Amino acid sequence: MGLDTKTVATRHAEVRYLEGGEGPPLLYLHGAGGVTPDDPLLAGLSERWRVYAPFLPGYGETEECPSLRDMLDFALHTADVVGALGLEKPLVVGHSMGGMIAAEMAALAPNDISRLALIAPAGLWLEDHPIPDIFTLMPYEMPGYLFHDVEAGTKLLTAGLDLDDPEFLKAYLIRNARQMGMAGKILFPIPERGLAERLYRIKAKTVVVWGESDRLIPPVYGPAFAEGIAGARLVTVPEAGHMVGLEKPHAVVAAVATLH
Amino acid sequence: MKFTWFNLMPWPYLPDDFREKNRSVWVDIDQRLFDPEKSHAVYNGYMDLLEYADTLGFDGIGVNEHHQNGYGIMPSPNIIAAGLARRTRNAALVVLGNSIALYNPPVRVAEEFAMLDCISGGRLVAGFPVGTSMDTNYCYGQIPALTREKYAEAHDLIIKAWTTREPFAFNGRYNKLRHVNIWPRPIQQPHPPVHIPGGGSVETYDFCIDNTYSYSYLSFTGYIRAKALLQGYWDRVAARNAPDASPYRAGFAQTICVAETDAEAERLYAEHVHYFYNRCLHVYPGFADAPGYRTIKTIQTGALSQYAPPKGFGELTWKDLTEGGHVIAGSPETVRQRMEELIKGLNVGHIFCLMHVGDMPADKCMYSTRLFAQKVMPKLRGLLPECEGDERFWAHPLKDRVTPGSLPAEYAPRETEPA
Repeated sequence: MGLDTKTVATRHAEVRYLEGGEGPPLLYLHGAGGVTPDDPLLAGLSERWRVYAPFLPGYGETEECPSLRDMLDFALHTADVVGALGLEKPLVVGHSMGGMIAAEMAALAPNDISRLALIAPAGLWLEDHPIPDIFTLMPYEMPGYLFHDVEAGTKLLTAGLDLDDPEFLKAYLIRNARQMGMAGKILFPIPERGLAERLYRIKAKTVVVWGESDRLIPPVYGPAFAEGIAGARLVTVPEAGHMVGLEKPHAVVAAVATLH
Repeated sequence: MKFTWFNLMPWPYLPDDFREKNRSVWVDIDQRLFDPEKSHAVYNGYMDLLEYADTLGFDGIGVNEHHQNGYGIMPSPNIIAAGLARRTRNAALVVLGNSIALYNPPVRVAEEFAMLDCISGGRLVAGFPVGTSMDTNYCYGQIPALTREKYAEAHDLIIKAWTTREPFAFNGRYNKLRHVNIWPRPIQQPHPPVHIPGGGSVETYDFCIDNTYSYSYLSFTGYIRAKALLQGYWDRVAARNAPDASPYRAGFAQTICVAETDAEAERLYAEHVHYFYNRCLHVYPGFADAPGYRTIKTIQTGALSQYAPPKGFGELTWKDLTEGGHVIAGSPETVRQRMEELIKGLNVGHIFCLMHVGDMPADKCMYSTRLFAQKVMPKLRGLLPECEGDERFWAHPLKDRVTPGSLPAEYAPRETEPA
């Protein structure tokens, strides 16, 4: 089932989003790498839910939004998107950076979010388990951190790309600057903005999902999230890395489905 | 023309296999390669060289700010400039500059620059770089996409602090101050001349043009490759209807090595030039350009970080470097000709002369510096007649300046104590 690309306006930005599927509403917040309409996790989720996946400004061919500067701005912006889409208490699913935003939203407005799925979320920092600095990684180093199966992951990331074409490289630099420039506002230089002190506010029924081979945000962060949120359940997925939704979409869909 | 003798202050003891064994000269350079005891002589020797340039008639002596960097051991250029203010007489103190987005609150920069201007008798030229991505983002943790906004606010605050004679409240996004009232304030009025080092950002061009600041391109790739970038700047000067295109609106950094003959230049300086390009510019590309640091507009114009060249600097030979213009080296006549090409070709009134290169020892550096000052500089001074009478971009020292060390003689220690 395909997802459509649509636009909705908030006070701050024209927001592009993907929409598709049947069922109760589900808000999906993508990670720092963005999301594409052919994402297998979105395909899986759209079999059970009506999926709404907004692009953060700067992603999905949209302009970056200078008036979004900090964590509070990001969380409120995303709440504005939910309002603009007219969604009532959607199930909120966030991956990585999107999980950080989802958790912040749920902590800020605990009565607005009753079901929450955090997939390898960012937002905590454990002194003994520092998260690699994604802002210094070269593109060819990324798959090693993102995938359980690095070879397959590399193919997935570079499929159809002409890395020797200067025009492609320029477009890549611009896209990377837009996306990671925006992401950097909440992830640079350390992806932590005080969430640990606010996790206790979350009232949503929560599932935390982690790939067992996550080398970007190591699985030890799973219990840290699960213990910080009352009643949260932790699901670990074997043979999956940080991009657990790409590598094991069915396992993630099954974990999200436990919230119903 | 204004010639500023510039010292980056490279660490001169990077090992021969530095490139092979280390991923970067900057940000995560091996702590153990710095030897504090050796640095005592290094720092003092470098300051001696800056003071020597003052005695030879250079218009300015220049220092800059880098952090966690093996080719620039000056995290605080103001400390070096304070020493120079006391031990030099005439040269302008070109601090190029303080990365103002890094200071909290930035009135600290307004205060320290004011102190330097007061101690030196009005000799300060104030530089306000955005700062490289390595320094600003990776070493000092500033969020790349917010760095320029924070920089702009810091600039506005500093200028207002320098030029407002009543205490004022400053309600910025990054700085909230109820009582801004700097004490001391600079000698130069309305404030010291401002130079802005840049790397091709369109926004920085406009910022300089609109504020009558000098734009300086501090490149290591030399004047031939700089032509397109500076042409972009001059085109912008015209397009933005600046009242003039004074060459003092721009400055350029150039590595220069002078000897009696071209062959002697290669014999004396090649090893030190290679040290610089091979070891000092060995920057890990992952640190060169944090996403969001450069604006989309700037990337679209094709301006990329000079620290991540498509082909590294390491392979370049002496011939490549001198013919390519990275380095201007040779006899006084060779250097004069090439400097003339540089000055006329780029239309720049400010030259930042990089005359200490890599691990160059003091005697060679003095030899090169003296030849430049005596046999090259005088022949270049009149090259751009449009510079005549334009005083907007340079320091205006007090006419009567004190001599440091002039305490009342009666209390001075005696030369020899009576037996």
